[in-house]
Amino acid sequence: MIAPAAAALDAPSFSTSRFRAEREADWIAFDALLTRLEKRGAKGLSSEELLQLPVLYRATLSSLSIARATSLDKALLDHLEALSMRGYFLIYGVRQSRLDRLTRFFTRDWPLAVQAVWKETLIIALVIILGALTSWLLVTNQPEWFYNFIPEELAGGRDPRATTEFLRQTIGHGPAAAEEESGGLHIFASYLFTHNSRVSIMSFALGFAFGVPTMMLEFYQGINLGAIVAVFTGKGLGYDFGGWLFIHGTTELFAAALSGAAGLRIGAAVVFPGARSRLQAASDAGRTAGKVMVGVILMLLVAGLLEGFGRQLITDTLMRYGIGTLMLIFWLGYYYVPRRSAAT
Amino acid sequence: MSAAATAKSRTAQKGKVRQFITPEGVDLELRIASSGLRFGALIVDISLIVVILFLFSLLMLWVGFASQSSIAISIWLLGFFVLRTFWFIGFELGQRAATPGKRLMGIRVVARDGGRLTADAVVARNLIRELELFLPLMMLGFGAGEDTVSGWTVLAGLLWSLTLSLFLLFNKDRMRMGDLIAGTWVVMAQRSKLDRDIAAEAEASGPMQFTDAELAVYGIFELQELERVLRIREPRAMREVADTIRAKIGRPVAEEDDVFLLSYYRQLKARLERKLLFGKRREDKYASD
Repeated sequence: MIAPAAAALDAPSFSTSRFRAEREADWIAFDALLTRLEKRGAKGLSSEELLQLPVLYRATLSSLSIARATSLDKALLDHLEALSMRGYFLIYGVRQSRLDRLTRFFTRDWPLAVQAVWKETLIIALVIILGALTSWLLVTNQPEWFYNFIPEELAGGRDPRATTEFLRQTIGHGPAAAEEESGGLHIFASYLFTHNSRVSIMSFALGFAFGVPTMMLEFYQGINLGAIVAVFTGKGLGYDFGGWLFIHGTTELFAAALSGAAGLRIGAAVVFPGARSRLQAASDAGRTAGKVMVGVILMLLVAGLLEGFGRQLITDTLMRYGIGTLMLIFWLGYYYVPRRSAAT
Repeated sequence: MSAAATAKSRTAQKGKVRQFITPEGVDLELRIASSGLRFGALIVDISLIVVILFLFSLLMLWVGFASQSSIAISIWLLGFFVLRTFWFIGFELGQRAATPGKRLMGIRVVARDGGRLTADAVVARNLIRELELFLPLMMLGFGAGEDTVSGWTVLAGLLWSLTLSLFLLFNKDRMRMGDLIAGTWVVMAQRSKLDRDIAAEAEASGPMQFTDAELAVYGIFELQELERVLRIREPRAMREVADTIRAKIGRPVAEEDDVFLLSYYRQLKARLERKLLFGKRREDKYASD
C-alpha cells in the first residue's frame, strides 16, 4: 500500500491515485469505527471517537462525490458507496437507546396509537356486537340455529340440548370442575394466548383488502359469542356465564376490536387516502397499526393469563365481574385519558 | 455480448437504482434487491427457524421427561410463538436492519422516505408476512379438509392469496404487501472491501506506450470490465481479453499478458478520467469519442 501511495504523491497534477492516497486513511478509519459501532453499539466507542464519527462520515461522503465525478475505478466507487450507505444508516438511524424507546412506547406511542384509531375501534366493536346480537336472537328464538354457527365438535357439548347441570359445570361451578382443570392451567393459558394472537394478527393483516375480510372475521367472532351466550341464557345461567366470560372477555374482546381496528385503518387509508398519495397513506396507517398490534399482543397475553389462571382459580361470579370491570376501566383509562401533546 | 443485450442489461440495472439523498445532499443511489435475493433470504431464515425449533423441541422434550411436569409444553408453545413472530422483527430492529438470511444475501430494510427505520414499521411489515406466507397454505388446507368446498373454490382462493403473496413480483420497487404498508424497501447493502489501486501499481510496470488512436477504441464500460478481469487475475480470461484488445488495436503479441493489460488499463483510465474532468463521459465503445 505504502509504496504506490508515495509514488502517487509525486505525480505532477491531479490524479485519482493521488486523490485516493490523500483520503484513504479517512475511509479506513471510518470503516473501523462503523464495524465497532455495529458490533458493540455506541458504548464501544470513546467520546473522542464518537465526535470523530460525523467528521469522518462527511469526509467519506465528500470523497464519494469527488470519486463519482473524477474516478473510473469501479472497486473504489463500490467501496465508497457501500461505506457511505452503511455510515448513513448508522448515523441517522439510531437516535434513542432501547430503554428510551421502550418507555416511550408504553407512555406515549402505544396509547396514542390506540387513541388515533378510536373511530375504527367503535366500528369494529359495533360489528362484533351486531354479530353477537344476531346470533343471540336467532338461537334464543330457534335453538336449531346454533348448529349453523358452531360446529358440533367445537362446542364440546355446550349446545342447546345440554342439561343445565352440565352447563353449570363447564363454567366452573359444581363438583367436577375444580379438580379437572387445575392441572394444566398454564398449558391452557399459553395455548389461548398463542391462538388468539394468531387470529388477531390475521384480522389485522387482512385489513389491507379494504377492511372487508377484517369486518367479516370480527362479525364471525361476534356470531360465535352470541350463539354460546344464547345457550346459557336459555337455561337461566346468563348471570353466571357472564362472569365466566367477563373476567378475561373485557381484555380479550377489547384486543380483538383493536386488532380489527388496526386492519380497518389500513383498509380505509387505501380506499380514502385523502390529500396524500395512496402509498403514503398506506404506510402512515401501517405504522400506527403496527404500534396498536404490539399492544394487542400484550393485551392478549394478559387475557390469556386471566383466562387460563384467573378464571379457573376464581369461581365466585361477583369476583369475576369485579376483575373484568377493573380490567376494562384500566384499559380505557390507559388509552383514552388525554395526554399532553408534548413534542419530543 | 451483443450491443443491444449489453444496453438492455444496463438499463435494467439503472431501473433498479433509486434516488436517496442524504441531508448532506449526496445521492446514495440505493439499488432495489431482486426478488431472487429476497426469496433466498426467506428460505435461509425459514430453514434457520425450523432448525432452531427442532433443537428447542428436543430440549423441551428432555426437560419434560426429566422434570415430569407439563410446564415444558407451555414453554414450548410460547417459545414457538415468539420464534415465529419475533425472529424477523427482532433482527430487523437491530443495527443492520436485516435477518441472518438477508445479511447473507447482502440486503437490508430501509424506510422509503429516507428517515430512520422505526419499530412500528418493522412490526407492521412482519405481521403482514404472517398473512402472505400462511394464507395460501390455509387455503390449500381448507380445500383438503372440507369436502363441501369444490376444487374450483379452492383454486380461486389459492390464486387470490397468491396474488397477495407474490405482490412483490408485480411492482417495480419489489415491495411486498408488508413493505407497502410499512413504508419500507429492501435494498442492496453489500459490503465491498477497499481493493488495491491497480492503476497506481501499473505506474512502475514497463515503458509500454499506447497512441491516442489505440486508446480511443474503448469507453468506461470496457474499462471497468478490464478492471474486473485484472482484479480476478485469472490467466485464461486475461489471455482472452489481451488477445481481443491486441486484435482490435493491431498490436503483435510482444509482452506478457498482465503487463500489457495493466499498462493498457492505466493509460485508458488516465485518458478517460482526463476527459471526465472536462465533462465528457464516454459510457462505452459505441458512444462517440
